[in-house]
Amino acid sequence: MSKPPLLEIKNLRVEFPTRHGTLVAIDDLSLHIAPGEVLGVVGESGAGKSMTGAAIIGLLEPPGRIAGGEIIFDGQRIDNLPDEKIRQIRGRHIGAIFQDPLTSLNPLHTVGRQITDTIAAHLPLTARQARTRALDLLGEVGIPAASERIDHYPHQFSGGMRQRVVIALALCADPKLIIADEPTTALDVSIQAQIIVLLKRLCSQHGSAIMLITHDMGVIAETADRVAVMYAGRVGEVGPVSEIIHNARLPYTIGLMGSIPSIGEEVDRLVQIDGSMPRLNETPPGCRYHPRCPKVFDRCKTERPELIPAGPSRVACWLYEDPTEVPALDLVHSAAARKAGDSPHSRGGAPAATLIEAKGLKQYFDVSPPLLTRILERTGRRIVQAVDGLDISIKRGETFGLVGESGCGKSTVARTIVGLFNATAGTISYNGASLSTREERARNLSVQHKIQMIFQDPQASLNPRWRVFDIVAESIPKSRRSLAGGVKERVGELLRQVGMSPLDGDKFPHEFSGGQRQRISIARALGGEPEFLVCDEPTSALDVSVQAQILNLMVELQRTLGLTYLFISHDLAVVHHISTKVGVMYLGRIVEWSATQQLFTRPLHPYTRMLLDAVPDISKTGTMRSQVEGEVPSPIDPPAGCSFHPRCPFAQDRCRAEVPESIMAEGTAIACHAVQEGRLPAWRAP
Amino acid sequence: MSQSPPTTDSFFAADLARRAWNSDLSYSFRRSKVTVVAGIITLIYLLSALFAPWVAPHDPYDLVNVNILDSFLPPAWIEGGDSRFLLGTDNAGRDVLSTIIHGSRISLGVGFASVFLAASMGVTLGLISGFVGGRLDAVIMRIAEVQLSFPDILIALLIDGVIRSILGPGAHGNIAFVVVIAAISLAYWVQFARTVRATTMVEKSKDYVQAARVAGKGTAYIMFRHLLPNVMGPVLVIATISLALAIVTEATLSFLGVGVPPTQPSLGTLIRVGNDFLFSGEWWITLFPGVALAIMGLSVNLLGDWLRDALNPKLR
Amino acid sequence: MISYILARVLQSFVVMLCVAAISFSLFTYVGDPIANLVGIQSSDEKREELRESLGLNDAVPVQFARFVGRAVRMEFGISYQQKRSVASIIAERLPATLELSILSALIALGIGIPAGIYTALRRESWFSHFFLSASLVGVSLPTFLIGILLIFTFSVHFHLLPSFGRGEVVQLGFWSTGLLTASGLKALIMPAITLALFQMTLIMRLVRSEMLEVLRTDYIKFARARGLSNRTVHFGYALMNTLVPVITITGLQLGSIIAFAIITETVFQWPGVGLMFIQAISEVDIPVMSTYLLLIASFFVIINLTVDLLYYFVDPRLRVGRDVRA
Repeated sequence: MSKPPLLEIKNLRVEFPTRHGTLVAIDDLSLHIAPGEVLGVVGESGAGKSMTGAAIIGLLEPPGRIAGGEIIFDGQRIDNLPDEKIRQIRGRHIGAIFQDPLTSLNPLHTVGRQITDTIAAHLPLTARQARTRALDLLGEVGIPAASERIDHYPHQFSGGMRQRVVIALALCADPKLIIADEPTTALDVSIQAQIIVLLKRLCSQHGSAIMLITHDMGVIAETADRVAVMYAGRVGEVGPVSEIIHNARLPYTIGLMGSIPSIGEEVDRLVQIDGSMPRLNETPPGCRYHPRCPKVFDRCKTERPELIPAGPSRVACWLYEDPTEVPALDLVHSAAARKAGDSPHSRGGAPAATLIEAKGLKQYFDVSPPLLTRILERTGRRIVQAVDGLDISIKRGETFGLVGESGCGKSTVARTIVGLFNATAGTISYNGASLSTREERARNLSVQHKIQMIFQDPQASLNPRWRVFDIVAESIPKSRRSLAGGVKERVGELLRQVGMSPLDGDKFPHEFSGGQRQRISIARALGGEPEFLVCDEPTSALDVSVQAQILNLMVELQRTLGLTYLFISHDLAVVHHISTKVGVMYLGRIVEWSATQQLFTRPLHPYTRMLLDAVPDISKTGTMRSQVEGEVPSPIDPPAGCSFHPRCPFAQDRCRAEVPESIMAEGTAIACHAVQEGRLPAWRAP
Repeated sequence: MSQSPPTTDSFFAADLARRAWNSDLSYSFRRSKVTVVAGIITLIYLLSALFAPWVAPHDPYDLVNVNILDSFLPPAWIEGGDSRFLLGTDNAGRDVLSTIIHGSRISLGVGFASVFLAASMGVTLGLISGFVGGRLDAVIMRIAEVQLSFPDILIALLIDGVIRSILGPGAHGNIAFVVVIAAISLAYWVQFARTVRATTMVEKSKDYVQAARVAGKGTAYIMFRHLLPNVMGPVLVIATISLALAIVTEATLSFLGVGVPPTQPSLGTLIRVGNDFLFSGEWWITLFPGVALAIMGLSVNLLGDWLRDALNPKLR
Repeated sequence: MISYILARVLQSFVVMLCVAAISFSLFTYVGDPIANLVGIQSSDEKREELRESLGLNDAVPVQFARFVGRAVRMEFGISYQQKRSVASIIAERLPATLELSILSALIALGIGIPAGIYTALRRESWFSHFFLSASLVGVSLPTFLIGILLIFTFSVHFHLLPSFGRGEVVQLGFWSTGLLTASGLKALIMPAITLALFQMTLIMRLVRSEMLEVLRTDYIKFARARGLSNRTVHFGYALMNTLVPVITITGLQLGSIIAFAIITETVFQWPGVGLMFIQAISEVDIPVMSTYLLLIASFFVIINLTVDLLYYFVDPRLRVGRDVRA
């Protein structure tokens, strides 16, 4: 290092005193950030990354406290400053951005007031000057008509716009460092791209360094200069971004990278790191990763490794103790069995019969205010057109991936198909039996049982007051209960099937990690002896290493039990990994639908192309994804004609007036006037 | 996960006891000395209320034992006091300590009965309102809202007054108890209903409820098997706080002369009766029941406060 | 904007009608109004004549409409016990209750709100702990007990303050005030404190918990992360956001004060409408009871309406419609 670091953390230790003793959340952590540098801090939940950020600006949630080490900012030690002094540094020299733009802004003050308050706290400007600066900032972060919007309240802005305001607030006083804690996690893919690009551009213009805390390797790959990988309160590996991503040295980093599905590759099984991050009160001795590490040896279990140089990176791992000897680590290839011939995309074999089919499916929700208010305000009814004329058909043994941004209606499709909602219009038939209405479902109970569901949030999908046994037993049909061995045996079998022990049945859900809970949820779904599983974002609440476990389990179950999946996700890479066919949803309709390979290599619909452009991909470090304009409109008053036309670069008058029908073109079902008229340029992969 | 499963019932019970002792709830209880003291005092009140005939030194309502010549005796430690009557005697020669023990029994009894009624009513209506929704929900919540904008004590007083005027001024005895309990529970059900409704709405959107639906379970099953256990936490907190309020409300009604019948006096009635002798210097007749009532209310309130903090992790 | 206010006004109107219906049914169905007006000896014909002349034989909706019409004109009938018009009894007694209630409300708000803010901001200070413990005692003690303790201490023991009544009052037109004489002021001290104490502790605890709730929110954390001064964070951000629930609470508490005045007035034999109501209940004086009901309800409706309107001015989410633009 030629110039002194802007921020240097030396041997930081953060403790939480609890009744069971003191928990060490961050243990002997050292890091530095150079001026103008973007340091990515990654790790799965519980790694201590957010807490590191909070410790720097002196905003640890009590009872957490800094118990050791030093934080030096710009040559000055800041971890032991009195409140008033550190306050003057916060905002002025170190800015912060938090995850959720919806809750970060004070609902009762205009955004202008919030900005000028912050300016007034740090800069010697008059009220008029502060307002001018606020206007400039709002313009800079890309808020249109800033001079009007400055007097608006936060609730008048959309999520993406609010995060822009948050960035403006962080940049108010031109800080030298910005701590961005999961700045894009709460946002949709297309908006994520906008925000990341904006953040990086502004910080380089203002000369600010960024500490980018995230769990999303894709975001890190395209944004960071250097990356620190955290595990259980410690830094495991730190080095230049391309080294970490393409040439990782720490077994944990290697496993983590391998467990991320990528659009660029096809693998049957993802690299799987068994187990999960230890809870704070049960951190193992020695290297904290050793219980999950495939390369563990005796020393790892007793002695804690410190960061030592290994090539351009630094790694805390005993494998690298001798700098002359580079260990051969073939973790990815041994575990992942990269066999293109067996990838899900080519699975399936002979054409099978259609298992489930929905035609013209519509699901509307009436969210009108009470009659009296409607009369007084002279407004009409408000109808959410969550699903608006959707056709789908899934063959036996297939995995149909349904992707789309939040609010596009994909979850509603899932719930309507399993029968949680009574469809407003349209037909659903399963294996020839009609399940369009509640009455038909009640009549065809034996058929209805063949459809089960896996939910997104493993926290909420298990009743916290029930034992696992009862949870799993709930879906076992009556006919099965009377068989020999009965329920007890069956529950044990189901738990074993998802990789758990029958003994776990006596415990309550809170005794398990997120991944284990999702396994229980799958066991419950299997209890109904389904043929068809509807999976609503089953892995999006999980960490990547655990996501890999669950995806692998699902592939395995599909093979052994011959299941058919409807897999719903916002994550294109996950859908690419697991599906044989993919449908892209936008505002209640499927706009494009084809075999996975085809969709990802030759996308036709402008929206599909836009999504593919917006996906962060870890294989491309340093490149920025192309930006997508605008946000998904409200499904209450969807745009007339093709609902995508306001964001579409190829929109013409016909698109604004006429809803495009879905037609077959090159083996793809596509609903787009531009494609049908042949005026869309050929797709060039980004 | 390495632990072997509980196999026998006794092991299971021991396991349960250990879990209970180690739970955060029990820990936060043991940690707070004030709460432990409040718990012990509440327990003493409960036990002496349950076993009042055996605990009380005298039977104040047995005319054989009461001697009018013993009336207005001051507490034992004051000159003129009698060692038989620790806290002195009242205008009729009854032992004040014994009347307090019997009075607490009435106060607690009415309190528990009212809270139980209010909770049953509120929980049921709240569950239905939150889970079924629609017009039924609108009606229940509109009533609750209107009632909530009036103070509980006023509602109780009005209901009490109305029922009394319907029954006529001569309503005595057990009817009066029923009236008081009905009035208090009708004043306090709203809190339960609103909380249960809010919790139900949150819980109902959780996926375990949807999973039960996918498994083909009916509304009643989901409401009572799935949702009820999950709304009981807040109900317990409100029940404890409402118990303190109900006791105070009953005492207030009795003090105002529209509570329990004077033949079976609660602490409030005792204070009302004793109040007449405050000016003539016989302060013990009213002050001791007053202190007993205050300590009872405070202890239950402290327990409620602790329970609320312990069950609401946000506040810690 | 207008729809919001209109909806509130309409709702208040419905509430008033409901209360009127209850009052009316008390009047009509509880007891026999004729029996209270005529002697026991009067003949059945005479009673029937009276029924007819009072309109008691008309259809119920007609009677109800007449009842509402009279109420609007402040005609509430004749007290069974005192044999004078209820309106005049109330006019005579209302000033006593209002003076007591308003003074108590001022005490409760003036001490309760600052104490709540203080205990939320300085959670660990000795003073906060003291305040909190004291407040728990405050909410646990029934109002009447506080009154009795005050009487015992300051009237019976020290002979400092009168234990009952309003002292000397001065008549200002229709309004009789105790605020202008020394004995009137002295008589007001204990009842006002008794009435205020419970509300004060309640307000303090509620303000504190609301404030703590707000201090935990993300936008406060973000405001701190921007280096805003404690002053701005506490008073510009946190207090402002606490205000919304605090307004509701305050409204409800003001209502409570009027209700709790019943108890205080009984303890101190304060000649207000509360004492009148208690006497009416024990004497089953239905016209007085039902009028009191209407009176109290109208107070509450006015308070709630004010609260809703204040809300509107504090919270921009109600004032400014959603206008989300991409």
